Amino acid sequence: MRLLEYQGKELFDQYGIRIPRSYLANTIEEAREGGRKLGYPLVLKSQLTVGGRGKAGAIVKCKSEAELEPKFNELLHKEVKGELPRGILLEEMADIKKELYLSLFLNRSKRCYSLISSAEGGVEIESAGSKVMVDVPIDGLTPQTAEDTASKLGLSGRTVVSFVDFTTKLSRFVSEKEAELAEINPVAILGDGSLMALDAKVIIDDNAMFRHPELKKYEHISELEKQAEISGFSLVELDGNIAIIGNGAGLVMSTLDMVSDAGGRAGAFLDFGGRATTETIYEALKVISKINRVETILVNLFGGIVRTNLVAQAILDAYKNNLINVPVFARISGAESEKAREMLSGSRAKLYNTVEEAIQAAVAAVNK
Amino acid sequence: MTIMEKSFNIFDILVGSKGDKDFGKKPVVIQGITGSYGSTHTRLMKAYGTNVAAGVTPGKGGQNFEGTPVYDTMGEAVKATGAQISGIFVPAPFFLKAAIEALDAGIKLLVAIPEHVAIRDSIKVLEHAKRKSAKMIGPNTPGVIVPEVMKVGIMPAQPFKAGSTVVFSRSGTLMYEVSYNLSNRGYGQRLSLGIGGDPINGTNLIEAFDLIRDRTDVDSVVVVGEIGGDAEEQLAEYIIQTSFNKPVIAYIAGRAAPKEKRMGHAGAIVYGNYGSAESKVTNYAKAGVPVAKRPAEVPELLAKKLRR
Repeated sequence: MRLLEYQGKELFDQYGIRIPRSYLANTIEEAREGGRKLGYPLVLKSQLTVGGRGKAGAIVKCKSEAELEPKFNELLHKEVKGELPRGILLEEMADIKKELYLSLFLNRSKRCYSLISSAEGGVEIESAGSKVMVDVPIDGLTPQTAEDTASKLGLSGRTVVSFVDFTTKLSRFVSEKEAELAEINPVAILGDGSLMALDAKVIIDDNAMFRHPELKKYEHISELEKQAEISGFSLVELDGNIAIIGNGAGLVMSTLDMVSDAGGRAGAFLDFGGRATTETIYEALKVISKINRVETILVNLFGGIVRTNLVAQAILDAYKNNLINVPVFARISGAESEKAREMLSGSRAKLYNTVEEAIQAAVAAVNK
Repeated sequence: MTIMEKSFNIFDILVGSKGDKDFGKKPVVIQGITGSYGSTHTRLMKAYGTNVAAGVTPGKGGQNFEGTPVYDTMGEAVKATGAQISGIFVPAPFFLKAAIEALDAGIKLLVAIPEHVAIRDSIKVLEHAKRKSAKMIGPNTPGVIVPEVMKVGIMPAQPFKAGSTVVFSRSGTLMYEVSYNLSNRGYGQRLSLGIGGDPINGTNLIEAFDLIRDRTDVDSVVVVGEIGGDAEEQLAEYIIQTSFNKPVIAYIAGRAAPKEKRMGHAGAIVYGNYGSAESKVTNYAKAGVPVAKRPAEVPELLAKKLRR
């Protein structure tokens, strides 16, 4: 789960990580109230889960109350990479002396966390020079490692103490909340030598959510995703018109690649997992039926224990109950495929022997 | 590479050696045997030839599941059977406890089936496994199969045939699909092993390669990968650095997937260039590993490599 900046900062604050005074506004009235409380000048920051906000102009300075309304309204309606903001964060301008880059992330190949820091903050880490990277055990960063890192970054005096305090708190946050990533870019070194988090990019391990009811309030999923989740499906909505349904994430990804190679555009990725019963396939079709841009459905099912006729029955039921009214192209490798073929003859669904043939037919159908 | 890892022989554990009185019939314990998932697959494993010698379900000790005795604890099950292999079928929130209990009972190979295990739990189990000189496959894996001998996991039997290639896969269904394509073209498998779809894998691709690099009964390796992480990049580096000399063919799913979207598997997500299919293909090219465009192309590429 990717948290919004203000949510990440709310959690930072609970861990004693210093953040700027701020105010979240969803309406211009709230923004005016925030402006009064914080005073001017301030920064307006669009609350988005996509990256590259700065470049996209979704972070703007606001010098006075007169500027607030036009700037606030522009941001509120500004889409970045297809996403509209979920609120605008008003934030005081910090007294910045210097900026650092800091992130703690799950290092998949090392199977521990890694702390990456750089004395060049505010730029993309890929382009920053003088990066310092150290391994951090799952239970947390030791003050000694933090101190070594500070000296490698060339910090001195009071700032070293602040850095050790700041990073060990961040590490405690990451361990306790089971984050996969906590990136702060930039961290400000203030006039008094203390450190402040000016941004927050936090990703929580979805599979650890059962231990974190306190984070439930940050979950933001569409009705459709909720329905998919209840059924135990993985759903990713895409911008094309071919819905792809299959049993297994890898298989559905592979189908997506082949659809794209054949000149088609996928509109949905749906992995219904291991249980290919009439009920699960029917549920999957029900989820897909709610996505308006879908013009055709491609089913790719592989498994020795799948009974093809059960899948065919689900497709027939979906047509009969007017759940779907688009053609279905299916490749189902499994038992009783002759029977399934017979059942589907006369309907708008067609079975193919290979996935390549099913894809060709599906792409031809939407491109004609 | 430590000496311990070098000496870990997965075939010894799974099958044993000729002359063992339980050759090909090594005892396996199934944790969560009475659950709907565990029971279905215990039946299928037994039908395939796996010696499921015991099951564990806390509170159901003393019962039996279709002739297989059920114990309350792993300690009792291991004591009664001498098993070194455990197949874990418990729901993800109970995985940590089940896995630690198995390791403490002396299990040497954990096959961790559940999906949605928290990263922290996987790491905790791995740290404990290291202390106990044990290995874990998974989590979020279909398991491991020695075709026509035995399987520990949830894979169907039909795609797999005995032979001399090895399949390692980060995806379950693609492991079946690719093995099926290979079997149909006469390339049976000595072993097909699911690495798992999570960000943290008990046995990662490099460790999996270590398991088979010195085997004379393995003539080639097929690696089914997907977007996310840098396992393929690290593997390519390993192939170059250690002069791995068996032919390797790869497949990567997710070329057309959007960035920053989790594609079904917890581990299948691209951030920037990190985890992208392009990065993996580029690195494989440096290691001389051809990458198939479609699962069906894998045997064609393998045929070309083996002919050379």
